[in-house]
Amino acid sequence: MSEKILEMKDLVKTYIMGDEKQVVLKGINLEINRGDFLSVLGPSGSGKSTLMNIIGCLDVPTSGTYYLSGQLIRDLSEVSLSHIRNREIGFVFQQFQLLPRLSAQKNVELPLIYAGVSERKRHERSAYILERVGLAEKMKNRPNQLSGGQQQRVAIARALVTEPTILLADEPTGALDQQTGHQIMDLFKELHAEGKTIVMITHDPGVAKNGSRIVRIVDGNLSEGVYNA
Amino acid sequence: MLKESIKMALENIVSNKMRSFLTMLGIIIGVGSVIALITIVSGATSTVTDQVASMGANTVTVQVMGTPLKQGLTQGDVDKISELSNISGIAPTISGTTTVAFDGNTMDDITLQGKNDVYFKNTEDVISTGRIINTIDTENKSRVALIGNDIASELYVGKNPIGQPIKIGGITYTVIGILQESSSFASADTNKSVIIPYTTAMGAVGAKYINSMTIYIADETMADTTTREIEAVLTKAFNGDDDGYSIVNMQSILDTIKSMTSILSMMLGGIASISLVVGGIGIMNMMLVSVSERTSEIGLRKALGAEPKQIQLQFLIESVVLCLVGGIIGFIVGVSLAWIVANIIGIGFALTASTVILGIGFSAIIGIIFGFMPARKASRLNPIDALRSI
Repeated sequence: MSEKILEMKDLVKTYIMGDEKQVVLKGINLEINRGDFLSVLGPSGSGKSTLMNIIGCLDVPTSGTYYLSGQLIRDLSEVSLSHIRNREIGFVFQQFQLLPRLSAQKNVELPLIYAGVSERKRHERSAYILERVGLAEKMKNRPNQLSGGQQQRVAIARALVTEPTILLADEPTGALDQQTGHQIMDLFKELHAEGKTIVMITHDPGVAKNGSRIVRIVDGNLSEGVYNA
Repeated sequence: MLKESIKMALENIVSNKMRSFLTMLGIIIGVGSVIALITIVSGATSTVTDQVASMGANTVTVQVMGTPLKQGLTQGDVDKISELSNISGIAPTISGTTTVAFDGNTMDDITLQGKNDVYFKNTEDVISTGRIINTIDTENKSRVALIGNDIASELYVGKNPIGQPIKIGGITYTVIGILQESSSFASADTNKSVIIPYTTAMGAVGAKYINSMTIYIADETMADTTTREIEAVLTKAFNGDDDGYSIVNMQSILDTIKSMTSILSMMLGGIASISLVVGGIGIMNMMLVSVSERTSEIGLRKALGAEPKQIQLQFLIESVVLCLVGGIIGFIVGVSLAWIVANIIGIGFALTASTVILGIGFSAIIGIIFGFMPARKASRLNPIDALRSI
């Protein structure tokens, strides 16, 4: 249970806005082990989105080191970053980000297309994973024929289908009502129980407490500790 | 990946039917007009060149005006030309006006033409009934005649003229055939003509000289060289004066027509292709709108692991598919238009493989050229910004 899959040391992210230099992340130190369900709790403007972008390899740090699966994420080309995102990260977004013209199954297959998986294998794997998230009956439906909760399940299936190192969720319940949000959190907990590594970014302490571990980010600084509601 | 992209492109076109159609309209009009113009011009070209060729693409015609010293060509001059290489035959013509008579009836102002067997061998449908003037007639200076329709009906009322005698310029000939009725293409009114062997004419009706001749070339590709050799002989025949005759090489006329129409075709095609460029700009505009509308889709695809070049390829394929669909519709429209025009004005309809390739290829190239910029814009979007723009 203690295999380290993510390590950040003194990670700083600075944005230059006009003449002003804005330090968004001020020396982050973070370790994530395989099987963790980490909640990153922070208010808006705390830098949690930037942290998520860096974890998800959508952005690179200004200084400090970031190792993902033993690989140093620095000075990498856009092509290499896209390969890492495809292999290592499964994104779940607040607004689901499903393509409206594609069926649930086709949406799930999308990352497999970029991974170069054959059509037959894509069908098998997407069907299997949709069944796992409880949508075996809805595979041919388009997103607008699904409820919010079902759409988020499709998005989770899409994140899982490549068997990524980290499932990276950004406010996964943010667009859902409370009951549906609970169901999604139950799914996350099940996935965690199966041994999946999950990183969830949220501003909601009630959601964050679903994690096995909580870190708080305030004003660009990260602090470990269990949040007491 | 390619298959998925093409499928996605088609779905995108179908889901934005009105916009796609309006965008494609530019390409439809562009390709349609280029194809229609080229097809119509090439149809017209083939019709005109066929007509010219039917008059004899392998012939050189010589008109003799004569000089003060020598009014026309003699048999000796004709013999000299026939000794040149690459000549398959010479049909000299003697023409004049005469009077014909039969059984006390006379007709004035009759066109007399002296021809030989070579003329009849190379010209179809000269006579309607009877037989043509053959080699023996020409060599023997036979007194045989072909007569026009009017002469046949006026002089031989109720009789078959063939085998009957006819007096031409006071000398008696035997009628061996009747000429076809005049067609609009003929230079002379054959209804009031008689044709006799030119060798007979030279002696009999006081026509000393040959007025014109048609020279048949064996190898058309050498027509220019042969024409120059004939010119040399003729100039010599008129003692160095080349004003005594004019010479027309049909092959060179044909070549001129062909090069003129190909310039015309290129010019019209060029003008029409301006509308293709305008259509291409329409495509670029729609693709740019599409890229900004689908920014979050691009961001998502990048987050899921799409390489920049895969994004670029997807948008490029969309624009090429859009152009190809427009191009195929435009091609069908253009070909139909050309077919209708060809039928209305009565020219040939010639659809060549190169036109097909041109039409379809052009639209694909337009798609690539005008899709490149939007596709590159899409591929360069920052995934974070792109995802944020929900």
